[in-house]
Amino acid sequence: MNASDNQLVGFYRCMRLIRRFEERVVELVNRNEIVGTTHEYVGEEAVATGVCHALGVEDVITSTHRGHGHILAKGGDPRRMVAELMGRKTGYNGGRGGSMHIADLGLGIYGANGIVGAGVPIACGAAMAFKQRDSSRVAVAFFGDGAINQGVVHEAMNLACIWQLPVVFVCENNGYGITASIRDMSRIQKLSDRAAAYGMPAETVDGMDVRAVHAATTALVARARAGGGPSFLECLTYRFVGHFTAERALGLKYRTEQEVAEWRLRDPIATYPLWLRDQKLCDPARVDEEVEAQLEEAIAYARESELPAPQDALQGMYAVTYPGLPARGW
Amino acid sequence: MREMRYLEAMREGLREEMLRDDAVFVLGEDVRNSVRGLTKGLFQEFGAKRVYDTPISEAGFTGLATGAAIAGMRPVVEYQINALVFVAFDQLVDQAQKLRYMMGGQGTIPVTYVVMASGARRGLSGQHSDHPYPLLVHMGMKTVMPATPEDAKGLMKAAIREDDPVVIFAPSALLANKGPVPDGDYLTPLGRARIAREGKDLTIVALGPLVPDALKCAETLAAEGVSAEVIDPRSLLPLDHDTLLRSVRKTGRVVIFDDSNRTCGYAAEISAVVADQAWHALRAPVRRITRSDVPVPFSIALDTCVLPSPERLLEACRASVKETRT
Repeated sequence: MNASDNQLVGFYRCMRLIRRFEERVVELVNRNEIVGTTHEYVGEEAVATGVCHALGVEDVITSTHRGHGHILAKGGDPRRMVAELMGRKTGYNGGRGGSMHIADLGLGIYGANGIVGAGVPIACGAAMAFKQRDSSRVAVAFFGDGAINQGVVHEAMNLACIWQLPVVFVCENNGYGITASIRDMSRIQKLSDRAAAYGMPAETVDGMDVRAVHAATTALVARARAGGGPSFLECLTYRFVGHFTAERALGLKYRTEQEVAEWRLRDPIATYPLWLRDQKLCDPARVDEEVEAQLEEAIAYARESELPAPQDALQGMYAVTYPGLPARGW
Repeated sequence: MREMRYLEAMREGLREEMLRDDAVFVLGEDVRNSVRGLTKGLFQEFGAKRVYDTPISEAGFTGLATGAAIAGMRPVVEYQINALVFVAFDQLVDQAQKLRYMMGGQGTIPVTYVVMASGARRGLSGQHSDHPYPLLVHMGMKTVMPATPEDAKGLMKAAIREDDPVVIFAPSALLANKGPVPDGDYLTPLGRARIAREGKDLTIVALGPLVPDALKCAETLAAEGVSAEVIDPRSLLPLDHDTLLRSVRKTGRVVIFDDSNRTCGYAAEISAVVADQAWHALRAPVRRITRSDVPVPFSIALDTCVLPSPERLLEACRASVKETRT
């Protein structure tokens, strides 16, 4: 199914929002307004955008340590995201999670995750609940090429296949697990070949082409909704920046400048708006302005938000509390 | 009151909760044929959508339970062997237990994990004989270990209804034990210890499979003129500090009889609580009879030096009552 004109413009808005969100986040990290480090999604925007635009708000995703893009694409509020990154009370997790753990259960975002591959079985569990309740909701598990060698991911793929769960496994193959090239970590050329071992269909698409990602996901989601079971989508993509914000300072050399430059030629944020303008679908410059205003407001909101009180640290662990639980450290 | 075996009572609790709430379902290895007996008959009664046989993928199915719970179900996960907790550890403590907190208190994760036939049985050696409850407690996981058939049913039902993850240890040494079980729907609340026997001279804190031995020890001591109180915490996290401390303040002497390893074991935590909160009442040093810090060996010629024994408990109790503090 082809995307509507509105959707085509929406893809750009979403990709641009992710790109600029990440660039603004890096500025805030460098200014120590955000403590620690974050994993930027720069270069991979077409994947989250194409996949999440094929989902409804009732559908569920699990995300990764590089999760900002997924969360924005699934409808996450940039104000509450920046507030979380700044450790504010108004942040999605009240300052208890930070960049690698942003969740919004109301939007079906079952959390980014700090352990590679750990969200994959959790997405399958949501799919299991949907199937048990005869619901047409589906789940998407995002993970990277690094997670493709993690045992629990394979256990989850097998479980989803034997029970024919409505889940789409989206493998974002950006070529590197931190500094380790997937060429050195797997002998097969296409990671999607692994899906056949579990008995599910798979395809590999150009993860720099938002329309291709969206079209492929739409078909696989429709299949899952109709009871057709799980599937695997490998998206070939690239991160233009380091594994994390602090990487520049480490002076790591694991990719050639030429390789980065070649991928940059295919940058969806550069190429897609040209196509949109050619099709006379919108004026990308206006979208850009709107995105800037939205991010400006989000950052202002976060800066103005209160920090949590120290004693809030002991709240929220249990749904049912008991005297003395959780124990204090003094 | 009717008499039932521990395992039957636990199964009755699970079955009643499955009847009561269609969000409750079971998953684990060989649960349809019920190798362990906990789920016997449930597949026939409730069907394929409520009882799932899993592949041997403990981390994977533990993770599925988490996702299903966030999505509104109440999964009951059976681990056929105690050491499988280690295989699933990231999904248990780093995911299921931490996620609610890390999400800022969003959602609930009501999963019950039943560690079947936990602890040692003769001849199963080091990878089938562990009792890893301190590890789970250490990570903030609600953990219970019923010692009687009545509590086996009551804590199973309470765990399933709890809106947080709860691990239940069902020790192999207790599964065939018989005891009175009330009729109908009742819950044994988390966070309340049971006084298994009242006494005034000495407190024995006994865990799970060691409770029956502790009661026998108290009988022997009674014949020697020593009145021992036996506390069965049964809920390890939350722990009922009040009942424990009230007893120690009354008797001034405490011996902990624990089936976990010695170093950073559950007895170490109880000792610390007593030393912190009941120091002025203590008339003897806190004594611990625990496992030794080695894997449980295969040969029964060796395990008397590893597992906590009733003889050593008795010696420790006798030594405790002889202590005088000036």
